[in-house]
Amino acid sequence: MTEEKVQKLRLTPSQTVGPYLSLGLLREDWSELVSPDHPQAIRIEGTLYDGAGDPVTDGLVEIWQAAPSGRYDHPTDDREDLPLEEGFHGFGRSGTVDGGRFSFVTLKPGPVPGPEGTTQAPHIMVAVFARGLLKQLITRIYFEDEAEANAGDPVLRSIADERMRNTLIAHREGGNLYRFDIRLQGEGQTAFFKLSE
Amino acid sequence: MLVPQEDEIEQPPYLYPDYVGTRLRAPKEPLIILPKTLSDVTGPVYGHHRPGELDNDLTRQHEGEPQGQKIIVHGRVLDGDGRPVRNTLVEIWQANAAGRYRHKVDQHPAPIDPNFSGAGRTLTDDDGYYRFVTIKPGAYPWQNHYNAWRPAHIHFSLFGRAFRSRLVTQMYFPGDPLFYQDPIFNSVRDEKARERMISTFDLDATIPEEALGFRFDIVLEGRYATPFERPHA
Repeated sequence: MTEEKVQKLRLTPSQTVGPYLSLGLLREDWSELVSPDHPQAIRIEGTLYDGAGDPVTDGLVEIWQAAPSGRYDHPTDDREDLPLEEGFHGFGRSGTVDGGRFSFVTLKPGPVPGPEGTTQAPHIMVAVFARGLLKQLITRIYFEDEAEANAGDPVLRSIADERMRNTLIAHREGGNLYRFDIRLQGEGQTAFFKLSE
Repeated sequence: MLVPQEDEIEQPPYLYPDYVGTRLRAPKEPLIILPKTLSDVTGPVYGHHRPGELDNDLTRQHEGEPQGQKIIVHGRVLDGDGRPVRNTLVEIWQANAAGRYRHKVDQHPAPIDPNFSGAGRTLTDDDGYYRFVTIKPGAYPWQNHYNAWRPAHIHFSLFGRAFRSRLVTQMYFPGDPLFYQDPIFNSVRDEKARERMISTFDLDATIPEEALGFRFDIVLEGRYATPFERPHA
């Protein structure tokens, strides 16, 4: 074992949010990342399903994304030539107490750098929490109307299984509305990720 | 020798059949490895969302005092290299002293405390330090298995510096006799890792004639190297 390993502090283990997460995590509505009146606002709606096909009504979906310029509102992203939207921070949180449904009003993110000089297609990072999930599940939302960018996206390209890949695509349902359902388990299970170290 | 990866025993699995709730919710398809990118080494900075003055004192959010034993829960939020995680949002929620959540789904026949909502939040300071004043939560029954009781616990939610450091966990109390039969606690298979979820009694933080102190330090994923080269103009 290297010296560096010995000095590392071990991470605190994850535990489920349990069925009462709304007490602590849904006291305020953080599902609108911008005003619905914003001229570029899009709406993302979906339902969280379990392995029996039933809606999960005690879950939580969180999103994190870049601004339309492709820049993240975070000190690590120092590409100051790319503008940030005033008041847009890129984080959203929606409970699924309403029949398993979650929704966000946000802006479509721009493309962001990927590994080894690649460019990632516009996408939103998603974390799912619920009773019965001992740790969060990570997935991504891509956009149906970004076919060209999606075709070059390093993450989508790494998924050989077409069905799995397609679970990451939000479908445009007219106007500014996109649908993105999440299936935790079963035939149509959503593709979930493990973050590499 | 094949050594199991640390996250296989120090973090719970998705499927842990003893915890019945995992059976229909754990994904069965294998997880896809996601390369480290700017998308997950950045994350929400919630400093602009200042918690209110009484948000970290759950005993002063109502007209009267809540029932039960007053406690101080405090500690530091650190990364894996021991550096403080500053200015990060810590959110908690819990049952009252009788083991009842103020939630319509909780039908456990224990009294609701009109002076206790059971939710709090605060930001860590420059040393990564946080502090809550609250009531020691009671154990409560649930229907996972015959005679199943959750050990007393407080739910914690933390952001850290990046999307990948996001953590939801539970803080337990030292010496709880209910640990051995609780599948949520025991889903973490490594004993030392389980111990990291148990607070320690802290006489220094204890307030004479008023409140018992418990210390709970939390370690999140660490600082990250920039995972991409700046595009050439």
